[in-house]
Amino acid sequence: MTSRKNTSNLSNLYVPEPEFRPGDLPDYSNINLNKEKWPDRPDPLVDAYETEPHATGLVRALKLNGETYGQWDPKLSPDTLRQALRHMLLTRVVDKRMFAMQRQGKLSFYMKSIGEEAIAVATAMALEDTDMVFPSYRQQGILMTRGWPVVDLMNQCLSNKADKLQGKAIPICYSVRDKGFYSISGNLGTQMIQAVGWAMACAYKGTNEVASAFTGEGATAEGDFHYALNFASTYRAPVIINVVNNQWAISTFQGIAAGQSRSFASRGLGFGLASLRVDGNDFLAVYAAVKWASERARNGGGATVIEHFTYRQEGHSTSDDPSAYRAKGEAEAWPFGDPIDRLKEHLIKLGEWDQEQQDALIVELKAHVRESYKKAEAMGTLASPTEINPATMFEQVFEEMPTHLRRQRQELGI
Amino acid sequence: MSIDIQMPALSPTMEEGTLTKWLVKEGDAVKSGDMLAEIETDKATMEVEAIDEGVVGKILVAEGAQNVAVGTVILQLLEDGEGVDVLSVPKVISSEAVTAPIEPAQQDEKGPRIRGDERSVLDTVAPVQSTPIEIDVPPGTAMVETSVRDALRDAMAEEMRRDERVFIMGEEVAEYQGAYKVTRELLQEFGAKRVIDTPITEHGFAGIGVGAAMGGLRPIVEFMTWNFAMQAIDHIINSAAKTLYMSGGQMRCPIVFRGPNGAASRVGAQHSHDYSSWYANVPGLKVVAPYDAADAKGLLKSAIRDPNPIVFLEHEMMYGEIMDVPDMDDYLVPIGKCLVRRVGSDVTITAHSRMVGRALEAADILAGEGISAEVIDLRTIRPLDSDTIIKSVKKTNRIVCAEEGWGQSGIGAEIAARVMEQAFDYLDAPPARVFQKDVPLPYAGNLEALSLPNAGDVVAASKGVCYV
Repeated sequence: MTSRKNTSNLSNLYVPEPEFRPGDLPDYSNINLNKEKWPDRPDPLVDAYETEPHATGLVRALKLNGETYGQWDPKLSPDTLRQALRHMLLTRVVDKRMFAMQRQGKLSFYMKSIGEEAIAVATAMALEDTDMVFPSYRQQGILMTRGWPVVDLMNQCLSNKADKLQGKAIPICYSVRDKGFYSISGNLGTQMIQAVGWAMACAYKGTNEVASAFTGEGATAEGDFHYALNFASTYRAPVIINVVNNQWAISTFQGIAAGQSRSFASRGLGFGLASLRVDGNDFLAVYAAVKWASERARNGGGATVIEHFTYRQEGHSTSDDPSAYRAKGEAEAWPFGDPIDRLKEHLIKLGEWDQEQQDALIVELKAHVRESYKKAEAMGTLASPTEINPATMFEQVFEEMPTHLRRQRQELGI
Repeated sequence: MSIDIQMPALSPTMEEGTLTKWLVKEGDAVKSGDMLAEIETDKATMEVEAIDEGVVGKILVAEGAQNVAVGTVILQLLEDGEGVDVLSVPKVISSEAVTAPIEPAQQDEKGPRIRGDERSVLDTVAPVQSTPIEIDVPPGTAMVETSVRDALRDAMAEEMRRDERVFIMGEEVAEYQGAYKVTRELLQEFGAKRVIDTPITEHGFAGIGVGAAMGGLRPIVEFMTWNFAMQAIDHIINSAAKTLYMSGGQMRCPIVFRGPNGAASRVGAQHSHDYSSWYANVPGLKVVAPYDAADAKGLLKSAIRDPNPIVFLEHEMMYGEIMDVPDMDDYLVPIGKCLVRRVGSDVTITAHSRMVGRALEAADILAGEGISAEVIDLRTIRPLDSDTIIKSVKKTNRIVCAEEGWGQSGIGAEIAARVMEQAFDYLDAPPARVFQKDVPLPYAGNLEALSLPNAGDVVAASKGVCYV
């Protein structure tokens, strides 16, 4: 690590720095995947402290060459694996399209999940559709998996007259109750403790549902994350606390939130929670880990913390340019590969897929996304806004409209 | 039909950029995902990607062209089988044509431009004439054109040079140079131990700031927006504001909490809240909300030196506004003093932050209709300079209190109450208030515009109190 500038002459303050910054050549040869400890799969109702090797090691099922390994392989059918590949690819194609359309001024803002699709898609496939997820910013793959129409996503991002949220929320702050997708909050961390509250309500009602909350590793610094772990442990809430460690919170590297701890998963151990650190680019491992945690939750074992170890391949959002703070080539040098490529390789190894089928699937998905986009665009975009009925602005402030709001609406003549 | 490729926007507030390089030439076949060009803004560089397949028809903006407005058609792509004859845009923008400076008067007229925003026609009528009549600088002082963003940065840099105890911390303030680039180059000058990137926890770093202030330093705590300071409010109010009192004067908390407040552009309900009246309610805090660049600088410098905790409310849509700042070694604007920005005789209009601009626009429109409005920029909301307001009302006998936030328990409500208490016999009409519609700020362009108060609303309220 190079020493960094520090012009203060009175300060002994320690400030951590990432391994690589612009100008450095990213080199991950210190990570030897063959020597990494891949812990075995314990019984889902194991004592939480028995998961110490899982919280500091790495749960994996899929080698980079497409072969499976060890006890965590969920042994899914080829049809299920092909479905997973389809959902992940659809998510990526939608992301790329929306990003490009933002660059063309058709929407104000967008956030892609490139490289993190396995986490969202495997979660949705491993959970029941009735389990509520409390997403952060990069879980649109859950919506794709649960069959939310792409055109609905686009209408919301374009804030057009077909937007089901009637222009009330910013792009990407999806809210889809009937797909078990809690409203995304613009304020970080709030969903963590609310998910625990939701899970406790499920236990109270006896519904046997599980809540699944997501945060980036950066927002684990929020108090809400720590409150969530404490309550989840105390009340054995049926909840899965997912930390998506994609290494970067805008420009701050994961060490700013992690401090000197060995992993984000190990935060859970301190609260007496089962904790797993999972290769987030390994669809099979994520699926198996979520299944394990949901089995534990549904059988009274309480909450699990899952750290999904992954890499944010692109900028934080359309407003971000990572080249200013991240070394060039870091995404390519990242030793855990791309989740879509890895699942594809696995299917090919099984003799259940080939490159031709992959190409055909991409063509099909692109056509579907293009067609959906045209439908959405016809309802209006940022560049050619179609007016949302102004009277709707006064609705849903309260369950019933109070007199003074009715008056404000009438004063506008609407 | 050919496809128009436009100058892309990197962010919702980007207005223009430089086309640094073309990566294709006319006649090239491109497919989805191919890179077409490189563009650059003050924030970042990016590549323009082809979305659909086609053949490069005409390149309409020359390589190296600067200040290319977002949305300008830069290239036309021909779809399969089309010839160049389908192209319809004849005008090619050379690099010289677009680099021509924009007339300052035009810039004033535009104000902060918001795409997709449909304002009242009244907003665009007359250029703003803001001639301060109270000048805090010696006669003959030169003025430097500075953005509000840089004025804030300069204030911090000057105070950090002056006092080693001053440091800044917050999310993205160091490597990223600030989410809105207000801390630009501070890391380079002062290093990572005085320009500190924090973990994402406003509650956490506000508390660290309060502790450091009590420990003898002079922290500046940047909130990416005041919306995120909601979780830090316990430290700001229960600790920063009250500890001097509760410790019988033993513990001091000289700290500045700063960041953008209120509605920006198209960022929705959770990123657009105006907290002026929340903090103004609290004894122990001083609350400052500048409008122009000179005040941004002079008030922030005063805030950093002030021995009390300061809540410093900026406005994102003002960051890019270029205005005059006095060229002085140590330009300080006193906290707790209003500024009469325009003298008038028929009605007093009070406002703070961006709303001052709206009030000045309204005054221009009113002048055209024979009503002379006096515009008072509050500058500091707590302590509120009642004297200047009361003096004005005793002259004009009418007042309109304008603000961007909600009405109930708002700044306008407070001013109206004080006017009733202290100048009741001088009033010829009940005080009027202008404020945001009583709904969380919606995202959609037309709803957002409808929800926020504009110059037209100030004009209407002013006419109302003048009974015309």
